[in-house]
Amino acid sequence: MADNIIRIENVTKQFAGGVKAVDSANFNIERGEFFSLLGPSGCGKTTLLRMIAGFEFPTDGEIYIDGQASALIPSYKRPTNMVFQSYAIFPHLNVFDNIAYGLRKDRLSRRELKRRVDEALAMIHLEGFGARRGDQLSGGQRQRVALARALIKRPKVLLLDEPLGALDKKLREEMQIELRELQKNVGITFVFVTHDQEEALSMSDRIAVMGKGVVLQIAPPKELYEAPNSVEVATFIGNINLIDATVRSVAGNEVTLDGPGFGQFRAPAIDGLKTGQKLTAAIRPEKLSLTASRPGANYVEGTIKASAYLGDRSHHHVHVKGRPTPVAVAAQNMDRSMTIGIDPSKPVYVTWDPRSLILLKS
Amino acid sequence: MTKPTRAAKRMGDPGGFLAIFALAYLLFLYVPVLFLPVFSFNDSIFVTFPLKGFTTKWYEQAFADQDMLRALTASLQVGAIASVTATILGLLGAKAVTRYRMPGQNVVTGLIMMPLFIPEIMLGIALLILVNTLFIPLGLFTITIGHIMLCTPFAMAVLTSRLDGFDKSLEEASMDLGESPWMTFWRVTFPLVAPGIISSMLLSFIVSFDEFLLSFFLQGQQPTLPVYIWSQLRFPNKLPGVLALGAVILIVSCILVVIAEWVRQIGTDERKVGVA
Repeated sequence: MADNIIRIENVTKQFAGGVKAVDSANFNIERGEFFSLLGPSGCGKTTLLRMIAGFEFPTDGEIYIDGQASALIPSYKRPTNMVFQSYAIFPHLNVFDNIAYGLRKDRLSRRELKRRVDEALAMIHLEGFGARRGDQLSGGQRQRVALARALIKRPKVLLLDEPLGALDKKLREEMQIELRELQKNVGITFVFVTHDQEEALSMSDRIAVMGKGVVLQIAPPKELYEAPNSVEVATFIGNINLIDATVRSVAGNEVTLDGPGFGQFRAPAIDGLKTGQKLTAAIRPEKLSLTASRPGANYVEGTIKASAYLGDRSHHHVHVKGRPTPVAVAAQNMDRSMTIGIDPSKPVYVTWDPRSLILLKS
Repeated sequence: MTKPTRAAKRMGDPGGFLAIFALAYLLFLYVPVLFLPVFSFNDSIFVTFPLKGFTTKWYEQAFADQDMLRALTASLQVGAIASVTATILGLLGAKAVTRYRMPGQNVVTGLIMMPLFIPEIMLGIALLILVNTLFIPLGLFTITIGHIMLCTPFAMAVLTSRLDGFDKSLEEASMDLGESPWMTFWRVTFPLVAPGIISSMLLSFIVSFDEFLLSFFLQGQQPTLPVYIWSQLRFPNKLPGVLALGAVILIVSCILVVIAEWVRQIGTDERKVGVA
């Protein structure tokens, strides 16, 4: 049995006015895990995090933190600490006092306090910054101070509310790696809220995708991307082509479907399919390829409507007769000449491996 | 034609007209006020030019006047109570309007700020009628009530601007780090809001201390200082003493305003750090 540090049981948060910010959430977070809550803004991920922190209280359900029922325990009595989106560095205190803020109750000797804070400063590579004031720090440094201030409390769970959102792209990517390393070193469970899917994919052990207050899927990054369980998850994570399809026949672990523009095509079967059933077939743009000559099977014919050259890859929109939306194809630019020209008069063929198709029941 | 200054050039004002205008404006504002200290040292009971000679006897006379000292004490008392009460009310009001969204909020804020825009004489008459109807005896108590009403909008305005940018996550961060709401108030909220509280109290105090009309309408046996000064203007020989007192009040007022503004400024700079 997994060692769960947090258990979320039937947690619902309903705000005045009847809006359910979180609707019967049910899941566990394992000890030592890097767990992300991912979703668009307004999906309830921050509300859920704030309920774990003790800033909001669920209208229904229970939150267990390290085995203790905690749903109604205020934040200052919980073994969790948080890194805020705005960092919330106390402006009237210097870096040292900011980091030492949470240690008042421990009644440490001056010497011990200094040792602990110096240790924390070393951890975030800000040795000698203790006397600086908040306004003398860059965004990245403030973020580190916020991190040290939370970690010095040695929490059982560290909560991070979009902590990298305010940083520029390059710094953000550095901090992603640093955070991940830090998490491995300290061994503390991290619960990380983000709307940035790449960030979640690159850092997390597991990701919970949320939409409209509901937890849609919880899975490791690879599974989430390659085997989404719903159209919402499939479209939220990365790009994907959707085909409204009807099941024609099922044979063993292979199914033949029919979809507008695609005609008859094959896909790996999933459980419980019946002939005539309607569902959504999906395939990622990078799993499609373009050729100028007609392949033997598993293809559609179309014309290139638009192309974008992105350096390492190119994105093409291919218009396929009978299909209302163009098919998105992401092609790796594997040699320096682009083999497929942007000639709208000539047909191109979009081809795929049938195993790359995902079937999603509505 | 004056030579255009470099600053005037930069501001696209080749004739330096703006600088002249500003100077004239400042003179117009402050020269009359400066007569007060000038004549308070003039050795004559007539307030006319030319000046006769230097003397400090008017100051001695003013501060030997027991009635005046009682009026001064009354004003200080009223001012202290009114400024503290108005600041507490203003703080509660400012916290409510900056932290919560509620129905009718703009109406409530408008009503709180209204005494700033109602002619004071109307306020004075209205309050007098009310106080009489309720059989509340006139006195320093009624004056204090009137002053609290007048000072609260000022306090509210100062404190609202102070609390407006207050990052709520600072308080949450404190609680997250293990401090109770009470300790959070003392360790985070209060130090950050304190400059606003101080400048609100100073400003309210000055508003109350300088206030005449409400005090005049609501007074009982004991006048406040401005009312006392006004009553002394009937006696020409008292005028230089009043000028001396006026000069002292003017200087103390100026110092208080400068302190209030200075404290507010430090506070604002600090607050920006928290929000940035």
